[in-house]
Amino acid sequence: MQTVKMVVTGPFSAGKTQFIQSVSEIDVVSTERKISSDEERAVKSATTVAMDFGRITVDEDLVLYLFGTPGQKRFDFMWEILSEGMLGFIVMVDTTRPETFREARSILETFRAYAPTPYVVAANKQDIDDAWELEDVRHALRLDGKTKLLPCVATDRNTVKTILLELLYSILEEMDAGK
Amino acid sequence: MALRGNLRDFTITQLLNLINLAGKTGTLIVDGPVEQAYVSFREGKLAYARIGQEDGTLARVLHKANKINVNQYRAIADRAGQMTDKELGLLLINAGYVTQEDILANLQGYFTEIVRKLFTWVEGFFRFENEMLPPEDRINVRLDLENIIIEGSRQLREWEQLQDEIPSLDMALKFTERPLTNVNLSVEEWRVVKFVDPKNTMRQIASTNKLNDLEIRRIVYGLLQAGLVEVIRPVGLATAPNPRMFPTQDKEEQKSLINKLIGRIRSM
Repeated sequence: MQTVKMVVTGPFSAGKTQFIQSVSEIDVVSTERKISSDEERAVKSATTVAMDFGRITVDEDLVLYLFGTPGQKRFDFMWEILSEGMLGFIVMVDTTRPETFREARSILETFRAYAPTPYVVAANKQDIDDAWELEDVRHALRLDGKTKLLPCVATDRNTVKTILLELLYSILEEMDAGK
Repeated sequence: MALRGNLRDFTITQLLNLINLAGKTGTLIVDGPVEQAYVSFREGKLAYARIGQEDGTLARVLHKANKINVNQYRAIADRAGQMTDKELGLLLINAGYVTQEDILANLQGYFTEIVRKLFTWVEGFFRFENEMLPPEDRINVRLDLENIIIEGSRQLREWEQLQDEIPSLDMALKFTERPLTNVNLSVEEWRVVKFVDPKNTMRQIASTNKLNDLEIRRIVYGLLQAGLVEVIRPVGLATAPNPRMFPTQDKEEQKSLINKLIGRIRSM
C-alpha cells in the first residue's frame, strides 16, 4: 500500500476540519477539545489541538491522507512534524475575518520555509456576504500573481475538490518544470 | 535555589522585573545565541553591563559616542593601560575633554543599549550570581529598571509581531516589479537593499550588515509593507521534491501517481 499526504493549514477557525470532512471517505479522525478561552469560544466551541486526519482511497495500492493542522499558534510545534513529506499544502483563510489575515500570512511563510512544496490558498466562506473579494485578499496576504488563490466554501464538496485538483495540477507543473 | 533557567521559560523582561522588585545585587549572565552578556545590579538598579568581545572600557564607550576621536582613543589606550576607568574619567574631566555628566550619560546609554539587545534574545540560558559584582576598575551607574522594563515589553511585542510577519530568516528577498526610484530609504535600509538577491538569505544579509534578528526583521518588514521586495525561497537551496513525498523515486511513477489522484478526485 502506497500512501501520500497533503496538509491543510490556516489560522484558528478558518474551516480546515470542515474542508477535510467534505472529501474524506472516513469520518475525520479529529483531536478537537473544548475551548477554554472566552474570546475563542465566541468563534467556535471546539478546536483541533493535535491534528485532523482524513483519507481518500485511490485504489487498492494508493491512499491520499489529508492532515489538518491545529490553528492556534501555541500548537505550532505540530506544524513541522505534520509537514514532513507532504506533497503540497493548502492554506485556508476565513475571508470574512480579516483580523486573521496577518496570522494566515505568517502560517503561509512558515510552511514555505519548511519545504519547497507547491501550495494553494483557499479563500473560505466566499458564500457569505461579508467575505472579502479575492483580489483584496491577495493584497492583504501579499500573494504574488502566480500564487493560486481559489474561492472556497469548505462545506461544499465541489469547491474542496477543485482546490485539491488545483494543488495537484501545481505539483504536476513543478514536476514537468523539473523543480 | 539558584536563579537560573532558559529564556524560553523566563524572559529578560520577567528577569529584570524580578531583580527590580527583589532589589537584588549581583550579576546576571546570559548565554545568548552567539555571545555572552554580563549585566550587574546593585539593590535592584542597573550598575554595569558588558557583552561579547566588547571590553566596555570608558575609553571605548566615549569613542563610540564620538566624545573622543580615534587618535585620542589610541593615545589613551597606549598611555592609560594601567589606569582604572575612574582615574581615566577624572583625567578627562580635568583636561576638559568631557564633563562628568557626559561620562555618566554615555555609560548609561551604553549599558541600556546592551540590555535592549538582550530583549531580542528569545533563546539562551541565564544565571544570576549573587556574589559577582562589577569589576572594581569600572565606573558603575545607578539606573532604575522600570523604564527599561516598559521599553523592553514594548520591544517584545514588536518582536512577536515581526516574527509573525517574517517567521524565517532563512528565506531570501527579491525585488518586486515596483521601481526603486523616488523612494527615500535610510542608510540602514540601503545597506539591506544592496544585498537583496534571491541567492542571499535574510540571515546572511543580517550577518553581513551586523544586524540582529530584530533589526533585520524591522527593516525587511518596512520594505515588504512598501511593496519593494517579496520573500522567496533562496535560489540554490535544494528544491528537488523531498524523496519522502513519494513512495517511489521513479519520476514517471510519481507522475502516474499524481494523475491517479487527479482522476480519483475528479470522479468523487
